[in-house]
Amino acid sequence: MATRRTIESNEPNDRSGGSLRSRGTEMATAAAQKAAETEPGGAGSTAARAAEQQAAFDEAVAADERIEPRDWMPDAYRTSLIRQIAQHAHSEIIGMQPEANWITRAPSLRRKAILMAKAQDEAGHGLYLYSAAETLGVSRDELLDKLHSGRQKYSSIFNYPTLTWADVGAIGWLVDGAAITNQVPLCRCSYGPYARAMIRVCKEESFHQRQGYESLLALSRGTQAQHEMAQDAVNRWWWPSLMMFGPPDEESSHSEQSMTWKIKRHSNDELRQRFVDICVPQAESLGLTLPDPDLKWNEARGHHDFGPIDWTEFWDVLKGNGPCNDQRITQRRRAHEEGAWVREAAAAYATKQAGAPRADTAATAHGEATA
Amino acid sequence: MTTTSTPPDSRTEAALALGDDALVLSHRLGEWAGHAPVLEEEVALANIALDLLGQARVLLSSVGDEDELAYLREERAFRNLQLVEQPNGDFAHTIARQLYFSTYQTLLYGQLAAADGELAPLAAKAVKEVAYHQDHAEQWTLRLGDGTAESHARIQRGLDALWRFTGEMFQPVVGLDIDRTALRESWTASVTAVIERATLTVPSGPQSGAWTAGAGRQGLHTEPFGRMLAEMQHLHRSHPGASW
Repeated sequence: MATRRTIESNEPNDRSGGSLRSRGTEMATAAAQKAAETEPGGAGSTAARAAEQQAAFDEAVAADERIEPRDWMPDAYRTSLIRQIAQHAHSEIIGMQPEANWITRAPSLRRKAILMAKAQDEAGHGLYLYSAAETLGVSRDELLDKLHSGRQKYSSIFNYPTLTWADVGAIGWLVDGAAITNQVPLCRCSYGPYARAMIRVCKEESFHQRQGYESLLALSRGTQAQHEMAQDAVNRWWWPSLMMFGPPDEESSHSEQSMTWKIKRHSNDELRQRFVDICVPQAESLGLTLPDPDLKWNEARGHHDFGPIDWTEFWDVLKGNGPCNDQRITQRRRAHEEGAWVREAAAAYATKQAGAPRADTAATAHGEATA
Repeated sequence: MTTTSTPPDSRTEAALALGDDALVLSHRLGEWAGHAPVLEEEVALANIALDLLGQARVLLSSVGDEDELAYLREERAFRNLQLVEQPNGDFAHTIARQLYFSTYQTLLYGQLAAADGELAPLAAKAVKEVAYHQDHAEQWTLRLGDGTAESHARIQRGLDALWRFTGEMFQPVVGLDIDRTALRESWTASVTAVIERATLTVPSGPQSGAWTAGAGRQGLHTEPFGRMLAEMQHLHRSHPGASW
């Protein structure tokens, strides 16, 4: 039966990071400590102070130390992290939709339990990642608002539909597999709360990936109709999965700076290649084929060559023209709007309980909802 | 329960009644995935649904093949209460259903766990889970009842609308040797206390409908149940004999 998940309190202004914090409230990096200890005025001007902070930050990143919420960090680093963590959190909650599409039709009680647990994990990852983003000084409400208004994105892969039961397995195997390939290096990301969140997320994702593989294997070895269903799903999900690593390195707008900051540690193309190399033998074990006639082992490179990716489709889906963009964001907005009275009630109740004058602040509803 | 083993038919009846309750309510809660009013409730509702599905699997497996029982029985063969098959409605309606059912389940499993019948081990494990479900429902009943005017009206509507399905919980079930009088009294006391604390009114109408009274346990269900089963069973039934 289900493991009970402890929900962290998410006070919007709590920048300490809750359980994501490593230990204590002190600045975590030795370099940041050094900068803080410098005599005020001893270095002279504000400019010198700023230069010193920047130097301490650069030194910490170079030394592979973790940057913690209370450490000084460049504004652009903060902004970039917020963008990335928010997009990741949004992907978790939007990503529940294509799978939830099959919860009520799961063909066995065992598969139904696995799928429900997975959807629950994803909601949990969302919570965890929003908390990580909150350590950077933004609230979950602000981020959700940006998602709902289209100012922040989620992974484009979830704009593809789950048309058959086999799609649930294919998502587990390929989409979660690609996500893990992307995310394992993030466990060593320079920002502490994000890195720590990713350790837990990756553990659960790899569990999902194995379950997806196992589900596809059962289909592949099942009846002819089941085998065909599995092959069809893999055919549809293979190329979008490769696109999950983002545009080719020469066209990736955020990559270079993120690499310098050690938010990102491998290029899009490196990770994509790694994923292809992992999937080829797995597809063989599954008894399924990958829909790419150019896919073959290249002895000289020590990697598999693969065919050209249709980047036109990628950009088209990203711009909003995918099969499910409208559907996904509409459902998300509707759930949020239809839930407004619930969040307001929770906030009003909490205010009454606290004995404070009644204030209609839905902003506190998240924290209070499960208090 | 007595120490002598119950005859197989009544054992089956009891396991199906409890197992179908858990299976059907789990399915309804699973329909919330991706639609919950706040992320914490995505986690909580899925968690409760998973607990119930776990209970259903143990119960159904104890008297047959869990998938055959879940996917291949016709509507009239299901033994669940009509309460649990009711559509989700809004969040308040779902919470009202949770309050009525989780209170019943906690008390019922409490009794079964304290006895030494065949269901005691399952009940002992499940009672801890359902106590959490009850706490979740009570906390939300309080928040909604004593929250805003809108939430107050909505939860009252939910409590009122589902009230007529509550009488069925106290009908006798073959194979379920429990003190029904005590169950009813404790349930009424517990639910009344929560409803009143939440500044709401205990519904005053009949606890059973005119002719469907106590009928879920005998296989008479409401119209939405057939559609629920159609969705739940169609894929499994489309591939006879396949394994998943």
